[in-house]
Amino acid sequence: MNMTLRRRPRGTGEALKDFPTFGLVSAAVFAFLYIPLLFVVAYSFNSNRVVTVWKGFSLEWYADVLTNNDIQRALMNSLKVASVATALSVILALGLAIGLLRMARSGSTFAWALIGAPLIIPEIVFAIGTLAFFVQIQMPLGIGAITLAHTAFCIPFALLPIRARLRSVDLSVYEAAADLGANEWRIFRRITLPLLAPGIVAGALLAFIISLDDFIVSYFLAGPGGTTLPVYIFGMIRNAITPGVNALSSLLLLASILIVFISYVITRRKR
Amino acid sequence: MITKKRGAAGQGSWWAGAPGLFYLIALVLAPLVVIVIYSFLSRAKLGVGVKWEFSIAPYVELFYSESLSGERSFDPTYLQIFGNSFLYALITAGVCLLLSIPIAMWIATRPADRRTTLIFLVTIPFWTSLLIRTYAFIIILNDNGPINGFLGAIGAISMPIPMLYTPFATVVGLVYAFLPFMILPIYASAERFDFRLAEAAYDLGAAKWTVLRRIVLPAIRPGIIAGLVLVFIPALGSFLAPELLGGGKTSMIANVIAAQFGASRNWPFGAALSVMVLVITLLVLLVFAVLARRMSRTSGRSSWEVLL
Repeated sequence: MNMTLRRRPRGTGEALKDFPTFGLVSAAVFAFLYIPLLFVVAYSFNSNRVVTVWKGFSLEWYADVLTNNDIQRALMNSLKVASVATALSVILALGLAIGLLRMARSGSTFAWALIGAPLIIPEIVFAIGTLAFFVQIQMPLGIGAITLAHTAFCIPFALLPIRARLRSVDLSVYEAAADLGANEWRIFRRITLPLLAPGIVAGALLAFIISLDDFIVSYFLAGPGGTTLPVYIFGMIRNAITPGVNALSSLLLLASILIVFISYVITRRKR
Repeated sequence: MITKKRGAAGQGSWWAGAPGLFYLIALVLAPLVVIVIYSFLSRAKLGVGVKWEFSIAPYVELFYSESLSGERSFDPTYLQIFGNSFLYALITAGVCLLLSIPIAMWIATRPADRRTTLIFLVTIPFWTSLLIRTYAFIIILNDNGPINGFLGAIGAISMPIPMLYTPFATVVGLVYAFLPFMILPIYASAERFDFRLAEAAYDLGAAKWTVLRRIVLPAIRPGIIAGLVLVFIPALGSFLAPELLGGGKTSMIANVIAAQFGASRNWPFGAALSVMVLVITLLVLLVFAVLARRMSRTSGRSSWEVLL
């Protein structure tokens, strides 16, 4: 395409594709996306109690945050919720990915509406709906309740990479296995599962961060003992903002970015 | 065995999806149904929850307030909050659109291997905690923050400009939160744009601006519409940006809903407000579906495709 474009009177192909100022706006948008996060991290090293008045470099807030018992408890809660919600959502998503291939049209439309609903409906509605539902069925609030709710909105994130992988599998593989006399369970265990493994890992990682980072649903379902890390951070922001908030936030940012990066590498790797 | 509709033997069957389907019915559909039911019940006199007595009072409360003596009068408080939320969500969607078209087009015109990396860079902030991303603007916009610090240092201002706890801060937080939702669908449309069309237009003597307006914009319209929906709906129901950056002066619907389930302890009213949000969500999606169908008739490519 460039070859043909280069013969045009108005210059090279690349120049024809470029619109004035678009590169500049793009650079500005990238700066806008990342600079706020950089400021959060930078001020986590501030030795001053007043977060945005720089006094000097210090790691004391990290020490402070990492030795705080309440924060450790909140972190444990978050990890428990995220692990169980990830495991549950991956198992359910795996079933859905396979089942969706065989559902009648009306069934799969209904399924997609349910899968997509937590993504499109404002989270506050989903949060208070789940709260009202749990109170109605007398389900106690706390990390159990949070885990059940997180599983529901982790399903789409677990599902998409698995589904992408499933669709790339050559159907003749199944036929060959079936022809050789393998039953459905054996085919699933020996063929489907290993082929889907990268999609499952990528989906699990995405589900894990989505649960780990969730605030609104956790906030409404926490009850007295269910404080997760984001709920704890929200409390810190409400009470007194110190560089401690930034230190804790930076650690959570680092964890999220690391996990999404690993997931990206796994999905990108040559099949 | 259950009849196979599509695919190969041994690929599995539809009932593999049954557990997931039941789970979603129990934890997505049921809560929404409970919300609708609660919105037609009475307020609990003591503690949390509802009294099981049919009532349309929650919906009346949207428009009227009742004085201590029991007299009803028109009260636009909540209508104003809905209006504000609409306004903020619209501004957010508009600003996101203006920022997203250039960056989506710019990325779409890079070499293929670089495109994937750039798009990944756009998505990274989406995967970080929304709470932290919103908190970042408390740091940036406050009176001692870097913006006021910089302007003060170069002598442009003598007093800090109050930016935090204003509607401006709320909208900035919303734009930041949802910008990737606009960039991604527009990019998905732009990536499939055939630049030979632009080339043909140049050959016919069109200027850059004309090409952009007459050729490129119509081609990426499905992405634009999907992006507007994906930004507008969550922005309308946002809780964190107005809560942390608006400083109580710029309540949006979500803050009022949260208050009903918190200190105000008026669950039916909170449920009624949520039903309104659900209705608006459905209406927006309906308009979107109609537009998408009309466009797929003309351009052969649907916005649904871009959205999913």
